[in-house]
Amino acid sequence: MSFLQLLWFLLLAVLFIGFFFLEGFDFGVGMATRLLARNERERTQLIATIGPHWDGNEVWLITAGGAMFASYPLWYASLFSGFYIMFFLVLLGLIMRGVSFEFAAHAETARGRSIWRWALFIGSILPPFVLGMIFTAIMQPLPIDSHMDVYAALGDQINLLTIVGGVAVTLMCFMHGLNFIRLKTEGALRIRARAWNQKLSWLLYAGEVVFAVLVFFQTDFFAKRPLSTGLIIVLIVCAAVIQHLGVLQDKELLSFIGSGLGLTLVVALIFNGLFPRVLIGTNAAHSLLITQASASPLTLKIMTIVTCILLPIALAYFIWAYVVFHKRIPEVKAA
Amino acid sequence: MLLGVSVLDLARFQFAMTTVFHFFFVPFSIGMALVTAIMETMYVRKKDPLYKKMTLFWGKIFLLSFAVGVVTGIIQEFQFGMNWSNYSRFMGDIFGAPLAIEALLAFFMESTFIGLWMFTWDRFKPALHAAMIWFVWLGTTLSAIWILSANSFMQHPTGFAINEATGRVKLVDFGAVITNPQLWVEFPHVIFGAFTTAGFAVAGMAAWRLLKHDHVDFYHRSLRVGLTVGLIAVVGAIGVGDLQTQFIIKDQPMKFAATEGVYKDTKDPAPWALVELIDTKNHQVSGNIEIPYLLSLLSYHKTSGAVKGMETVDQELQAKYGKDKNYYVPVKTLFWSFRVMSGGGVLLALVAILGLWFSRKKNNTLLQKRWLLWVLGLCLWLPFILNTAGWLITELGRYPWTVYGLFTIADSISATTTAGQLWFSNIVYFLIFSLLGGVMVYYSHRNLRHGPDADLHTDYGVAADPFAKEAFGK
Repeated sequence: MSFLQLLWFLLLAVLFIGFFFLEGFDFGVGMATRLLARNERERTQLIATIGPHWDGNEVWLITAGGAMFASYPLWYASLFSGFYIMFFLVLLGLIMRGVSFEFAAHAETARGRSIWRWALFIGSILPPFVLGMIFTAIMQPLPIDSHMDVYAALGDQINLLTIVGGVAVTLMCFMHGLNFIRLKTEGALRIRARAWNQKLSWLLYAGEVVFAVLVFFQTDFFAKRPLSTGLIIVLIVCAAVIQHLGVLQDKELLSFIGSGLGLTLVVALIFNGLFPRVLIGTNAAHSLLITQASASPLTLKIMTIVTCILLPIALAYFIWAYVVFHKRIPEVKAA
Repeated sequence: MLLGVSVLDLARFQFAMTTVFHFFFVPFSIGMALVTAIMETMYVRKKDPLYKKMTLFWGKIFLLSFAVGVVTGIIQEFQFGMNWSNYSRFMGDIFGAPLAIEALLAFFMESTFIGLWMFTWDRFKPALHAAMIWFVWLGTTLSAIWILSANSFMQHPTGFAINEATGRVKLVDFGAVITNPQLWVEFPHVIFGAFTTAGFAVAGMAAWRLLKHDHVDFYHRSLRVGLTVGLIAVVGAIGVGDLQTQFIIKDQPMKFAATEGVYKDTKDPAPWALVELIDTKNHQVSGNIEIPYLLSLLSYHKTSGAVKGMETVDQELQAKYGKDKNYYVPVKTLFWSFRVMSGGGVLLALVAILGLWFSRKKNNTLLQKRWLLWVLGLCLWLPFILNTAGWLITELGRYPWTVYGLFTIADSISATTTAGQLWFSNIVYFLIFSLLGGVMVYYSHRNLRHGPDADLHTDYGVAADPFAKEAFGK
């Protein structure tokens, strides 16, 4: 395995972490528009917190997908074709969500608005849930043939681990979104979001224990790398504790860091357990390895140079946009 | 096989449907970003509030098209892996990099600055605010370069070698990939087409309102901005299109011969068939109305020179790539698409000249020329048809290849994809696209009817609320 292959394996993890950290909270805000907000004025206030950012956040997924295509084309090809319907559902969610902001702003009747608000809600639950399922499905051995094609049966896609994985990722995104709301709003929503997370924290602990047990029995992660897998799982629980502490002591930033760290570590757990494979075969001989799946050294080299130049520039204005819109969104007064 | 349709047919249909639909919105929003940026720049320079109104009003339609363009674009990135995984494996070493660079360079830029542009009207100084929309435009344009560099490789592979062990493409010269001559005739043509689309769409929408004598000053000025952009762009597109033709004659002679409906080698000088009936089975053409010399002129910029017919090209391709493939492209589609595209382009140029002439300052009689306003109004839809026709030529004309001369469409498909999955996704996509397209047109139409005096500040959920601006944290 070359240095560049390792680097790009890590960079993909970083890009997916960026996606889950950022789009994670705006998925969560989308869920909160139905679960937390009680009326249209509160929904308006919530959506204003992510209005300028959601599109940029979603680009992290596009970038991760594009970077996977560029650096690990064989991984990209096998993964996306193997989980066809799953990725299709992610697309559906992202489509409905992506147009909902603009269309709701143009709708004039309350009914039309409400349709697009529902599109936002569903489009904010479906992608994290299905992505959670996909990412936990690839932790388990898959039927891969000698042509690297994944013939994932229904049971490979929907089983106890993937359902728990999907629910866990959705829950983590929701809590992350609630913490973002605590950071970005004033008034009733801010208070209610905290109360929600106070209760949800216990659910998260329970979910994480179940998840850890399932990882132990359903995957070879503990068998292959017991130390690091165990350590990351402990850290995931620590992140949940940090999040919880931030809720109890009313430290909003601490909670937000905690919930973001949780999502970060889940991605880390998966990439760590996969290494040095990218897809695990039921027949170990057909597992797709980093060494086989990557692009040529030249492509990796060029991608490295390009990324070193472009990513910092993109990050600079990306962060600037958050600075410009750093203020809290006040409550929307009744007309 | 279900209803006589294979998995390959279904996947091709899906690619055609999703890209054609996506490409209604892409050129429109690239062009609208430019038109909006020009309007806002005029506001900054002339401080005339009417230009600010124009920026906000047309900017709203831009944002609608941008949203649909973005969501239909994600499909494209996923689709290569989902339906065309063998293509992705074969081409990954080359194809992925432009896609990733497009995301890193262009998508981050457009998505971040569009957020900044939408929500900073009352907190940035006008010049800085105008810079935001220029960055959005730059992002959209850069994205076109990168995705087209990937497409150009598929049309005319450069800078690669075939990996002996795996049989896949391997990058050897990245510089050659981005200096691909195909790219530098294709990109300007596409980008001029995008500006054309927005120019005539704005002019056309304005023309419909002018027919009703609605906000005459506002729509009149919008119409002139639209037509100016449209005229420059369409002339550019025709000019670059000519360069592209020169390139294709040598590079993909089958595509070229098909766009001209030429089976047998032509005489010298070659006449150009304006229309003809094509019998694809017997390789016969009849009922042609011909313009002498014109094909030689178009092909070689000379009054002499014969053009190779498809039968000759077929022989050459068989000798070069083997006798096991059918090298004939869908001739009728290419022939008529080319006539629609080129004829439509010339028509747009003429209409723009007429529109600008009759609306000139010294003697403005545009409002009396109701027929011209009607024509302008109808031309709103024409560029969308021309863009589609252009892509049909480019993509169908590459048959049977996905990567010209290297990899066939039949080899590209995912082994695991089933007909059931494709039927399901095709039907759902079709329904969703109908919904999105319908809603987009409906909201744009209503925007027009409400006119520029409606509250134009993008309100994202605050529309119903009079305390809108407070929601964005002053």
